[in-house]
Amino acid sequence: MIAGISIYEILTLTSILFFIGIYGFITRKNLISILISIELILNASAINFVVINKYLYPEVLQGVFFSIFIIAVAAAETALAVAIIINLYRQISSVEVKDTEIMKY
Amino acid sequence: MEKIVFYILALLMIVFAIASVTSRKMLRSVVYLLFVLIGIAGIYFLIDYNFLAAIQLTIYAGGIIVLVIFSVLLVHHIEMELELAKISKQILTGVLCLFGLGVFLATIYSYDFKVVENYKTTTVADIGSGLLSYDRGGFILPFEVISILLLAAMIGAIIIGKGDKLTQKDETI
Repeated sequence: MIAGISIYEILTLTSILFFIGIYGFITRKNLISILISIELILNASAINFVVINKYLYPEVLQGVFFSIFIIAVAAAETALAVAIIINLYRQISSVEVKDTEIMKY
Repeated sequence: MEKIVFYILALLMIVFAIASVTSRKMLRSVVYLLFVLIGIAGIYFLIDYNFLAAIQLTIYAGGIIVLVIFSVLLVHHIEMELELAKISKQILTGVLCLFGLGVFLATIYSYDFKVVENYKTTTVADIGSGLLSYDRGGFILPFEVISILLLAAMIGAIIIGKGDKLTQKDETI
């Protein structure tokens, strides 16, 4: 744990990051920007897992494992999302959300 | 000392996160996200999970950001400015997010966390034996599932990435 820092301050920080991510997710109109906002949200929740593990249950490591899994799933998700975005750009030459209507095969 | 470092990191992360979701240049937005992710790695270092901080730096800062920067460079004109949402929508979303943040903070501050004082360091050996143990509390099954998931995502990304050629081949048949 961090000397002099209570769990409340770290949870406040992660909540702020989470809602900045939500704000970006709703207001942005570009697929890559939405991906960036999702990264913010996932990271905020990963810090929450780790911090609660460290402050409340230091004898187990479950929070660390879950955060490793979150990072792995985020990496897989980003690779797939980038593949989809590039393929979409080849077909309609745009990555704006409002132009995206051909994802139905 | 650690207190000051934490506050500096927190301030930097919040400022860069806001800059990242409001910047109108795509590439700058990705670079601001990189600073936020490095700040998160700093938080992991501060709470003494060095392995997790190393993973965060290699996978996020080294892998995901590079991937996103590649896709930005392939897809966008570099001088292009993004269109913004309507002002009314921005204000409405901001107010809703502040309201949700208020609910979160009220819940967090009204709950009494039973904090255990501890300063012991977790070694990589602990994490490895926990991930690969068959006993109670072991994580061998999710570990294997995540490796299958990564393989499936890799194959899926290849197939989707060259989807155009595959469909053309189908038409000739």
